[in-house]
Amino acid sequence: MARIIVSTSGKGGVGKTTTSAAFGTGLALRGHKTVIVDFDVGLRNLDLVMGCERRVVYDFVEVIQEKVPVHQALIRDKRVENLSVLAASQTRDKDALTPEGVERVLTALAEQFDYIVCDSPAGIERGAQLAMYFADDALVVTNPEVSSVRDSDRILGLLESRTRRAERNEERVRQHLVIARYDPVRVEKGEMLAVDQIQEMLAVPLLGVIPESQAVLAASNAGTPVILQDSADAGRAYDDIVARYLGEERPMRFVTAERGLLRRLFGSRA
Amino acid sequence: MRLFDLIRPSRKANSADIAKERLQIVIAHQRTERAGARPAYFANLQRDLLEVVRRYVPVGDDAVQIDVGRQNDCDILELNITLPEHTRS
Ligand SMILES: Nc1ncnc2c1ncn2[C@@H]1O[C@H](COP(=O)(O)OP(=O)(O)O)[C@@H](O)[C@H]1O
Ligand SMILES: [Mg+2]
Repeated sequence: MARIIVSTSGKGGVGKTTTSAAFGTGLALRGHKTVIVDFDVGLRNLDLVMGCERRVVYDFVEVIQEKVPVHQALIRDKRVENLSVLAASQTRDKDALTPEGVERVLTALAEQFDYIVCDSPAGIERGAQLAMYFADDALVVTNPEVSSVRDSDRILGLLESRTRRAERNEERVRQHLVIARYDPVRVEKGEMLAVDQIQEMLAVPLLGVIPESQAVLAASNAGTPVILQDSADAGRAYDDIVARYLGEERPMRFVTAERGLLRRLFGSRA
Repeated sequence: MRLFDLIRPSRKANSADIAKERLQIVIAHQRTERAGARPAYFANLQRDLLEVVRRYVPVGDDAVQIDVGRQNDCDILELNITLPEHTRS
């Protein structure tokens, strides 16, 4: 049975797509057949972050409309075996995704993949609800910032009521907190919410913390999921997240400011 | 400036604590609202019950009313089925 994982947040720009790309790539690196599906219809971005924007021929909506079978729309990653991407369309028709259509495509994908990672659009409307509806797991991506934390709580409410598992009264969608863009130096100065403060408020198990990192922008500039950059702090943090998701124990990293005294005094940012 | 901050910790409440306090209130509010909402399977349960009743008695679309209440530590399912007049003997 394939597992469906949604990367979701409510608020935009918090790192959902970055997380979908890194997490999906990390699963594939460990030998699991993985597809990452862009649900952000009208604002497709996953293709850019994954570096396959010039290879998009058919998209998710065309598959839903049965113009082509799903395998024709899948873009196989050239770097990582077992990894494919299904791009969103650029259509402005918000109703292009239908629950029946999404279910049909996910069912077809489940036949050939172990993991289906759904990259949710921002918001709590139709698009975000469809991205989470069939999920088994949710990566709730949160920034250490008031509006992001509040929106994440709204998303938790939707995961508990507006998903197939909730409607069928089955075991609930497994929720995993991913705190992204974390800056331990600012946390120590009391300028930013700390991991345990966020976790205490949302009361969701913490899967991992991704530091605020220049490597993320560099990776998206290059079209390389950041997890492929071993030297990057954010890449290693995503690798930890994938390992923990698969049941490995890894100590939390990047949660304390382990920097030289001089750098702390003069506040340079790594 | 930074050196000074380190030596003499500032006295005013730090902004992260203020953020947490404000968020706790907002989230508690959101969660009590959610707690009052009906369980997700309610619509389906209501539809299925109606179907079962209709196997025996022809009833209207609103014949089955369900609700959840709480009593001590239990969730109580309240069920109200209205039968049409002519089925009485
Ligand atoms: N850990 C991080 N450190 C620094 N920048 C980040 C990090 N995560 C995401 N970003 C940046 O934030 C922006 C939004 O990220 P994205 O993944 O597209 O968010 P979303 O999909 O939630 O809208 C991008 O410019 C991305 O490069
Ligand atoms: Mg996105």
